[in-house]
Amino acid sequence: MPAAKLPEAAGTIGRRQFVQGVTAVLTGVLGALNPLASLLPSRAWAVDLHALSADHSATLLAMIHTIAPHDGLDEAAYALVVSALDGDAAASEENRTPLLAGVTGLGADFAHDIESVRVQKLQAIEPSPFFQSVRLKTLMVLYSNPIAWAHFGYEGEAFSKGGYLLRGFNDLKWLPEVPTAASGPMPV
Amino acid sequence: MSKFGLDDSDVVVIIGSGAGGGTMAHELTRRSLKVVMFEAGRRQTPASFSQNPGEAFGQLTWLEPRSQSGTWDPVKTSPTLPAWHCRTVGGTTVHWTAATPRLRRYEIQARTTYGDVPGTSLADWPIEYEELKRWYLVAEKRMCVTRRNGNPGMPASNNFKIMYNGARRLGYKRVHTNYLAINSRAQDGRGLCIQQGFCVQGCKTAAKWSTLYTEIPRAEATGNLDLRTECFVTRIEHDASGRATGVVYRDADGHEQRQKARFICVAGNAIETARLLLLSESARFPHGLANSSDQVGRNYCHHLTGFIWGVFDQPVHAYRGAVLAGVVEDENIHDPRRGFVGGYHLELVSLDLPTLPLVGLRYGWGREFAATMDNYRNLAGMLINGEDMPRPGNRISLSTTLKDANGLAVAHINCEEHANDIALRSHAQRQGQKIYEAAGAKRTLTSATPPATHQMGTARMSKDPEHGVTTPYGRAHDVPNLFISDGSVQTTAGAANPTLTIVALVLRQADYISREISAGRI
Repeated sequence: MPAAKLPEAAGTIGRRQFVQGVTAVLTGVLGALNPLASLLPSRAWAVDLHALSADHSATLLAMIHTIAPHDGLDEAAYALVVSALDGDAAASEENRTPLLAGVTGLGADFAHDIESVRVQKLQAIEPSPFFQSVRLKTLMVLYSNPIAWAHFGYEGEAFSKGGYLLRGFNDLKWLPEVPTAASGPMPV
Repeated sequence: MSKFGLDDSDVVVIIGSGAGGGTMAHELTRRSLKVVMFEAGRRQTPASFSQNPGEAFGQLTWLEPRSQSGTWDPVKTSPTLPAWHCRTVGGTTVHWTAATPRLRRYEIQARTTYGDVPGTSLADWPIEYEELKRWYLVAEKRMCVTRRNGNPGMPASNNFKIMYNGARRLGYKRVHTNYLAINSRAQDGRGLCIQQGFCVQGCKTAAKWSTLYTEIPRAEATGNLDLRTECFVTRIEHDASGRATGVVYRDADGHEQRQKARFICVAGNAIETARLLLLSESARFPHGLANSSDQVGRNYCHHLTGFIWGVFDQPVHAYRGAVLAGVVEDENIHDPRRGFVGGYHLELVSLDLPTLPLVGLRYGWGREFAATMDNYRNLAGMLINGEDMPRPGNRISLSTTLKDANGLAVAHINCEEHANDIALRSHAQRQGQKIYEAAGAKRTLTSATPPATHQMGTARMSKDPEHGVTTPYGRAHDVPNLFISDGSVQTTAGAANPTLTIVALVLRQADYISREISAGRI
């Protein structure tokens, strides 16, 4: 079965690609419980990269994991951040040069270092625009996709399902109920 | 829709279509005045509101750059977005969370109540509280505010159950599901709140009051409104006698146009209102239109804010339900024994998952940051809304470094925190954390100051023309046919979310304008 393409990360759609060719491909397999697993033709996924090499992307993946270490969050969510950074790098030389310099600066071993060593190495470059831009991109992309929403327990838009009025907005039972005088009735 | 001529000097020009502009448009058109209302943004509808938080942000937000300086947090934490408000028909009433508390009597008598607080420009409002209250009653009826006029309160959400139980255990008495301009039952031709938790992305059931689908269509129905969207006013012009004659604007195609006017109401949000007056400098008004007092842009207030999160052992799902449906009012008092003047509200709040790390948490990364995100389901949240001190140096000026697409200087915001601001915020943070501890939180967190969502004070009302920009009716002291119709006119900030006050003051201003017209004075 062919691998499914992951939806592109926010901010990368419609970019004018500076580099046209595919420089590397990130691949993985979605966890069986991942909600995307039922939507895509295959649990195997692939992300084409247009500016980053396989080594670059391995270093960046390790960096993103160190910035936001969520045990159990599907690797596909992390791949979306790499894809977004790659998209920015492919779109302009201005983005690509500092990103590649930053990645190179972390050294070839970074992806294989244990977490405490990676933390030390990142602390050493924390004030740099490279670190800060990867951190910001991580915050913007890692939590903005259905893989993360399912993992962290965010159910998203509710209008199409009638809101949360009858779907748990008041289902908390481990504290006493609020008197009506301080709240109001459920609408009939 | 009607369309009035550019040379029609009979029309009233309104700049901005939010709480102030949209309400003014309805009030004037129903009195048979011809109105041209300019809105820089596009028109959305409840059907077109995106339900993807990131997309909705792009659809509704004022994203033109701003420069900033000073000691307040956004200089560091939000350098490109110091203020978060809208650029769309309906203005910030499209993304607001609809909390509608009234200012209290002591708050509009701030100088008298607080005394001389060095380093501030505190002043009493030039309005009697009874008069303001009279217009609050009209505004609350218009906006279908919960817990007023027989409207039921909002039912208690999970997030509020935690706030309520913690606050009561701590001894607080005035704790309820807040005054909200959100339909707790269907009325006014609008739906009821189905607890989507998407107030900020635009309310799909229109349960939340917004001028987009209340005041503006009602103004259009009179046949007297010409709403020009994607039109950006760049300058207000005046004649030799100092009366405003009309506005210069860029239309949707980027072409410069001139619209004549009988009189003008500026309601661009306190940052843009000040910027427009400053951009409208002339030989007669070398420091900006209506600025002989040098008070335009000064005394900028934005409220002291910040999130407080409680981490619990069990699920909260705080994102389910109306965002601000809860309040602790007990600290909205003046009690200098707490170590500061003025007071604050603690209001319920939640953030969607994508937004939480961007504005809701302190700077961080690694295991500690990740652990907070891992607890997303189990987070309860509240937001501080406290009175900040007006200061002459806290001001909107014209940026010397950044220009907009039209080549005009963008707004520069300078904000220095006063010792009173810092003391009030720490007190509020401590009390909020105590509430969550009393409710059984295993950990509590506070945030940096997020981008400002309440903008006030940049064209303050004053009795005499030396100490403020506008009269007690929001009429420019210097320009008799120029009115300011937004939060800019607030003499001080108080601790009340400003929209109800903006609507009340605009309803009052429209009534005044109508009497002035009858008397032949406009």
